Amino acid sequence: MKLKDSKLNNEQLIQAYRIIKKARMLDERLWQLNRIGKSTFNISGQGAEVGQVAMALNFEPDKDYFLPYYRDMAAVMVWGMSAKDILMGSLGKADDPSSHGRQMPNHYGSRAHNIVPFSSTVTTQYPVATGVALAMQIDKSKAIALTATGEGSTAEGDFHEALNFAGVQKLPMVFVIENNGYAISTPNSEEFGVNDLSVRADGYGMFGRQVNGRDFTETYLAFKEAAENARNGKGSTLIEMLVDRLTAHSSDDDQRVYRTPEDIAKMKENDCVGLMEQQLLDEKILNKDNLASIKEELADEIDKATEEAEEMPNPTTDQLMTHIYGEE
Amino acid sequence: MSEKSYLEALNIAITEEMQRDEGVMIFGEDVGGVKGGVFGVTKGLAEKFGDQRVFNSPLGESEIAGLAVGLGVMGHHAIAEFQFADYILPAVNQIMSEATKMRYKSGGDWSAPIVMRTPYGGGVRGGFYHSQSTEKIFAGQPGLRIVTPSTVYDAKGLLKSAIRSEDPVLFYEHKKLYRSIKDDIPDDDYTVPLDKANVVKNGDDVTVIAYGMMLQFALKAAEELKNEFSVEVVDLRSLYPIDKSTVLEAVRKTGKVLLITEDTKEGSVMNNVSAIIAEEALFDLDAPIKILAGPDSPSMPYAKDLEDAFLVNQEQVTQSIRELAEF
Repeated sequence: MKLKDSKLNNEQLIQAYRIIKKARMLDERLWQLNRIGKSTFNISGQGAEVGQVAMALNFEPDKDYFLPYYRDMAAVMVWGMSAKDILMGSLGKADDPSSHGRQMPNHYGSRAHNIVPFSSTVTTQYPVATGVALAMQIDKSKAIALTATGEGSTAEGDFHEALNFAGVQKLPMVFVIENNGYAISTPNSEEFGVNDLSVRADGYGMFGRQVNGRDFTETYLAFKEAAENARNGKGSTLIEMLVDRLTAHSSDDDQRVYRTPEDIAKMKENDCVGLMEQQLLDEKILNKDNLASIKEELADEIDKATEEAEEMPNPTTDQLMTHIYGEE
Repeated sequence: MSEKSYLEALNIAITEEMQRDEGVMIFGEDVGGVKGGVFGVTKGLAEKFGDQRVFNSPLGESEIAGLAVGLGVMGHHAIAEFQFADYILPAVNQIMSEATKMRYKSGGDWSAPIVMRTPYGGGVRGGFYHSQSTEKIFAGQPGLRIVTPSTVYDAKGLLKSAIRSEDPVLFYEHKKLYRSIKDDIPDDDYTVPLDKANVVKNGDDVTVIAYGMMLQFALKAAEELKNEFSVEVVDLRSLYPIDKSTVLEAVRKTGKVLLITEDTKEGSVMNNVSAIIAEEALFDLDAPIKILAGPDSPSMPYAKDLEDAFLVNQEQVTQSIRELAEF
């Protein structure tokens, strides 16, 4: 679909693109930091940035809550996390808002931004998100919750238990499955027996929708409707967002081992960021010079954020034994 | 003061805390509506506080725990009930990975101030899956508190403290004690600390440390033996973290210690207590540490004779105290 069909104005579309591009470039920086030994781990959302931003733009970060998974860098940026915040997480710094240097990189969280921190035990955020949404419903706060996970997680019991409860209570929330085709090396065909995971919504009494996460407008409009339904008391929606995983599962994986060169090449030809840039040009929202200068500005911003994050203090060893219990 | 059962004391504690704090909610399988729980602990609460604050959850323990964590994150002191301690296993991931770590993993930015109540223990012909003591699965996990009341007084005071706590608390209730013990307890508000063992009875010859139904056996044995020996009885109360100072003080006082659990011994809470005593008070002992525990059978069988054979009994407790005293 055309970008303009989203009904967002040019300024909003350019802002969305900037976050998408920044997430891509920041992730490339995180890989560099990993490869030169400054961080020990990275897990990427490359190939999902367009979908994530189109999704997240439909929420109100000052009151809506997000329970992300580890590929959601672009989405947490919409919620307000900065490049420096994310870099501090990768470098294990004391002021890392996700965990203060306690969790592995990319386990996003931020009290200041209503982002409840992710655990590597994928899918546990789904039941927790139902509690967040139930509190919103009971407190009549008019806020809604979004929670994300990968397609491999749909095999977990927590996936079922959370959706079942959300269906019973008509919770004000949106569940998203970011389906990038692989759970580490295990392909979809070995994870589930359906071609469209959103059909499961029917089994839980909620709305369901499959969207092409490489298409900004299609994704934006689907989440717009889901967020409106949640906010208007109509209950939850399960959205399967089809995306790509342009990188290996993580910095400790090499997807060339289990994917064919043709498969990887084809995916890269359809890189969602490149597709969106072409749309921006075709729809005359930006020209090539604009794209080049945005890239340059973002590169400077990321360089500056990297320098600042590197200079931040590491946690002191006395912090090992703090925040274990409440009354310390 | 008025006479209440252990079960009534729990119901009163929840009622008073729900009146005090509108954010407190309670849910679990069959907890809401007119039934009020399979044992009746939550009876009458839905009528008093409405179906939004007191409700039935679907039959899914991981969701029950995760729901509580999410409510806790939002500032609700949620009370989740697992119908039996045997059924807590599907929730272990939520308890250990989310509830227990929420505060630490966020450097104190987030927390899960919730109570997870569950009935445990045998002696009710409950067979394998309605009799087990599952606390050992969690005992030893920093960030989590595990407590159990073993008296009517504590049933009310300890549950009120658990609900007010800023930490995730696993609250084990001994199902055999629900209706078998009654006592006069204060009608007004009082709390019992979550992290302190309680010296229930002072003595000089032998120290017995126990919890749950086993504490009742210890108290009865002390009474039976009162003309021969003076027995110090300690209610462990906090199964994790263990109140080392109270335990060690009571052990040093007599130099002889009997630890009792109805759980199987290896990996049990009492093995943890034993390790603390061995490490820190060995030279204060006048006899080897004695532990009474269940046999290494996979669970508690149903048939009467088999169940009786599994459970530590009154006679074993009395006899063990006598042997220690005479050592």
